[in-house]
Amino acid sequence: MSIDVDTARKVAKLARIRVAEADLPLLARELSGILGFMEQLNEVDVSGVEPMTSVTPMRLKRRVDEVTDGNQQAAVLKNAPDAREGFFAVPKVVE
Amino acid sequence: MLDLTHTPPKPKVIAGARHDWELVIGMEIHAQVSSKAKLFSGASTGFGAEPNSNVAFVDAAMPGMLPVINEYCVEQAVRSGLGLKARINLVSAFDRKNYFYPDLPQGYQISQLYHPIVGEGEVLVEMGPGIARHVRIERIHLEQDAGKSIHDMDPNLSFVDFNRTGVALMEIVSRPDIRGPEEAAAYVTKLRQILRYLGTCDGNMQNGNLRADVNVSVCRPGQYEKYQETQDFSHLGTRCEIKNMNSMRFIQAAIDYEARRQIAILEDGGSILQETRLYDPDKGETRSMRSKEEAHDYRYFPDPDLLPLEIEQAWVDGIAATMPELPDAKKARFMGDFGLTDYDANVLTAELEAAAFFEAVAAGRDGKQTANWVINELFGRLNKEGRAIAESPVTADQLGGVLDLIGSGEISGKMAKDLFDILWTEGGNPAEVAAARGMKQVTDAGAIEAAVDAIIAANPDQVEKAKANPKLAGWFVGQVIKATGGKANPAAVNALVAAKLGL
Repeated sequence: MSIDVDTARKVAKLARIRVAEADLPLLARELSGILGFMEQLNEVDVSGVEPMTSVTPMRLKRRVDEVTDGNQQAAVLKNAPDAREGFFAVPKVVE
Repeated sequence: MLDLTHTPPKPKVIAGARHDWELVIGMEIHAQVSSKAKLFSGASTGFGAEPNSNVAFVDAAMPGMLPVINEYCVEQAVRSGLGLKARINLVSAFDRKNYFYPDLPQGYQISQLYHPIVGEGEVLVEMGPGIARHVRIERIHLEQDAGKSIHDMDPNLSFVDFNRTGVALMEIVSRPDIRGPEEAAAYVTKLRQILRYLGTCDGNMQNGNLRADVNVSVCRPGQYEKYQETQDFSHLGTRCEIKNMNSMRFIQAAIDYEARRQIAILEDGGSILQETRLYDPDKGETRSMRSKEEAHDYRYFPDPDLLPLEIEQAWVDGIAATMPELPDAKKARFMGDFGLTDYDANVLTAELEAAAFFEAVAAGRDGKQTANWVINELFGRLNKEGRAIAESPVTADQLGGVLDLIGSGEISGKMAKDLFDILWTEGGNPAEVAAARGMKQVTDAGAIEAAVDAIIAANPDQVEKAKANPKLAGWFVGQVIKATGGKANPAAVNALVAAKLGL
């Protein structure tokens, strides 16, 4: 699979990463290279093999329904560029 | 499914300028799981807390924090699935749905796109006695709710609260089997009723604990039947999705507006653009949510932080063994055991608490009479005073006591209503209150006969008239009841008056 300049531009936008127009051709080539490298995996015949989701057989860990966390408004807001009256304050987003 | 007891309702038809159109509607209901803690963190789900106080670092998406699933939420999804007669998937998995929005700190929502926990089920939506739509459920999956943005606190800023971020939602997806605005509202009502019976979602729409996305398209009559035969969507029109409604009234108004908007475009020679729209209740119209369109490429992929969710059949069976009686079964039983009408059975089974109250009163008594009293007197009074059944001042025992006094002939229906009123405002034991207030109808034939004789002797003119026209005998009955201070048993008086006048 090869990534063209338009796809690279779209992926950058969806990921909210600013990429200068002049840098897009190089980025597209590099992404294509990465995907091409990984496509070698397609040469392995995995028909009839269940996808492996864990190296060791493990059951998804569960928690019980108890309130054990929270009440740390100051800590949650500590790294916010702007916080007011207990809220995160962000540039206006209105539908 | 073949249903011999119900006929399907007629689809809503809207007459366009050129010809008739029908509606096709599918719904996605987001029902908040009735858990204490969130889906993947130990923060509280409590409503109305200080902003950003019910937030764990997992919910705020701090680097390195890992989600751990709340098993109770999984159980509630399974229970809901069983309540909708749905297939339970013993293996399901979580995926990331990627998009950027200020109320989504992770930059993705953990959801279940490829392997939902619940598969196909069904809901029976009744639209009248013997008329019902079978709405097919496509799936139920577990996912995280987003946070809440507030836009009116500052002219240039939006304020974001993560208290709701990460709360467990069940997204219940229907097939496009709903054929009009009223059916859509009835479907949501029925789903809400089932979830409340199951206790898996409190159904509080005002707090946003039950919200609906509605997919609406229009087609020419006959096209929908072709779709149902083939399950080929190309027979249907292009749909638009109206997002996030939390009122039955808005759902109906939005569908009606959206259908008419689409019809106008099509009849004008245009075509419908598949898009996401918002309903504006102030203007009564839907409008495009362009920002959502740009971000519609969600780049789903399996969440590497979570192993597949494997549950055991024995665990599912254990949940199935604790299922309560569901609305359809309860309604059928009320009609069968107590001889209730379809309407009365619907009213009495709408809420679990009301049904339990009715059953407590009806045990060993006349079902129809109990239904009349519960619906007319009790519900009437509760509605008038804006109280819930749990806050009823008159208990099931007290109402039962009133009905027993009527049944034994000790008090009349009129006296019973007065007695009910006294119990409502002052409380007390029905039999004792009735005795203390001298509420006792006279059934003693001798006393009633004396009163009848006196009235007849005093009114010879009326006697002549009544003999010519038997309908006038009612006048004597009224006079006798008045003369006995309202205590004479009307049935006994009727019989005696008729006998004395020789009618």
